[in-house]
Amino acid sequence: MPAEQFLVLAGAEGGRLLTKLADYRAVGGFEALAKARTMEPAQVVQEILDSGLRGRGGAFFPTGRKASFLAQGTGKPTYLVVNADESEPGTFKDREIMFTVPHRLIEGCLITAHAIGSDRVFIYIRGEYLHEFEVIKAALEEVHGANLLGGVTIVLHRGAGAYICGEETALLESLEGKRGQPRTKPPFPAVAGLYASPSLINNVETIATVPKILELGAKEYAKIGVPPDSSGTRVFSLSGNVVNGGNYELPMGVTLRELIYDVGGGIPNGRELKAVIPGGSSVPVLTARQIDVPLDAGSMAEAGSMLGSGAIVVIDDRCCMVQLGLRVAQFYMHESCGKCTPCREGTRWMVQILESIEAGTASEGDLDLLLDVCDRILGKCLCPLGDAAAMPVASYIDKFRAEFRDHLDGGCPMQGESSLENVLAPVDQHTHDPVAEVPA
Amino acid sequence: MSTLYDEIQEVRALYPVSRSATLPALRLAQERYGWLSEEAFREVAKALDETPAYCMAVASFYDMYHLKPVGRHLVEVCTNIPCALVGAQQVLEAFESELGVRAGETTEDGEVTLRTVECAGGCGWGTVVAVDHRYRERLTAGDVPAIVEGIRSEAGNAS
Repeated sequence: MPAEQFLVLAGAEGGRLLTKLADYRAVGGFEALAKARTMEPAQVVQEILDSGLRGRGGAFFPTGRKASFLAQGTGKPTYLVVNADESEPGTFKDREIMFTVPHRLIEGCLITAHAIGSDRVFIYIRGEYLHEFEVIKAALEEVHGANLLGGVTIVLHRGAGAYICGEETALLESLEGKRGQPRTKPPFPAVAGLYASPSLINNVETIATVPKILELGAKEYAKIGVPPDSSGTRVFSLSGNVVNGGNYELPMGVTLRELIYDVGGGIPNGRELKAVIPGGSSVPVLTARQIDVPLDAGSMAEAGSMLGSGAIVVIDDRCCMVQLGLRVAQFYMHESCGKCTPCREGTRWMVQILESIEAGTASEGDLDLLLDVCDRILGKCLCPLGDAAAMPVASYIDKFRAEFRDHLDGGCPMQGESSLENVLAPVDQHTHDPVAEVPA
Repeated sequence: MSTLYDEIQEVRALYPVSRSATLPALRLAQERYGWLSEEAFREVAKALDETPAYCMAVASFYDMYHLKPVGRHLVEVCTNIPCALVGAQQVLEAFESELGVRAGETTEDGEVTLRTVECAGGCGWGTVVAVDHRYRERLTAGDVPAIVEGIRSEAGNAS
């Protein structure tokens, strides 16, 4: 059984809480910050580069390189923005980091702020995470009281319910007090980000990894996992039809089979595994036959999917894949910000076509029409939200075409027995009622 | 007790550009009034030096702002895929039957609003339900009557 390795999570059995500064310091907390502050900022960036750390939010971009893109000598302040707007369905790792080891996130912020010469940090935390907001707020007060901030101001900024604000330019818009709609790029945030100033935006897990990199040294950290492209651990979020759902921090390269069966205890209720979503709801699905794939970037690409946010959703044989596609499409339709036509209209079309397939009123041509709609969304918008709907749904048709075809004659072959039967999506509740009625 | 105007000025001071205080200001108003009426928008706008239309445009983008009145208590059931796979719909239906309302509605006494929400971020511990923004996890339909009773007794004590 693959052993958990605690570089980011609090570790120990029973989900030990390291929410108090004294407890965090007792396990070596804030020693990495002291070490970093004896180093030149450029040296710290070099350490992060050498560690091979890549963005844990889902894009997997080399963290050190992202920092090295920051515009210098602009005369404007440089901002560090932490993306704590975790919203990708299946993902709940950043939340656990925040409510169990908030000081590690804060230490990572302070090290990174030193590395990029920033004295103002914004943590954009999703609005629903009230408890986590309170835990971080209390932790920040302790850090402030212990004079560890070193002249850096950390502002906690709460979102208000919008998946799109996890996209970094939408997050910046939201942080500037606007509707959270993505910006055109370029300019990239490293040049003109928050308040048109050079800005570095990193995910919670990414930032929380930085203290351990300083502590272990970049070379040692880089050996963990599958170097050079997938170094380190990941906090995998395991959910769905699995016995022991939860977050597990494991070196990259662990296989899906090990994660689901050895760590997760397998499929409950004597059911069979049908499919696995390996990186959050936006990535292409894998079938039960593909679970020997190692969870590293290269192997996942070969298997036709992505590591994404590290969220593994296990799906047993009671799930209708058309209903799964419909629920995915409903989510992205609800969360589309409306800025780009292919995403705004395309996700609506996807929902309509999937509804007709599920109802048994579609024809063979509608499957191709659905794939065509997906194709017309993919890569044609300012941000990847539309892709996040198109990629998984296209993969469901690709891998479960026979099941989709079975629907064309008289509707769902599961006849009301699917685990996702009739599940009510928020989009059906008209939560976006217009403030004023449009005159007739 | 400080006024909403003063509270908003305090938040504005946290940011280099005070428009950044729009989301927190709307939250403060909602915490005070329960929902964002036209009057609330006017008040927030004045405190932010923005127009009410601007504040309304921002608020209508985000799911957590209420643009019409809601109950004193809010029950939000996550029905995204990970929760749905482990029975979120059954949990939702149990709330509907215990509360006597459909998702998206408020009980007749104005106490409880029930709605579904997208992924709450507790996927491995589904079904997740937020009761007044506090997460309850690993819920099944069988847990619902006790939760509703808890909300109702709290409502009874408060009145």
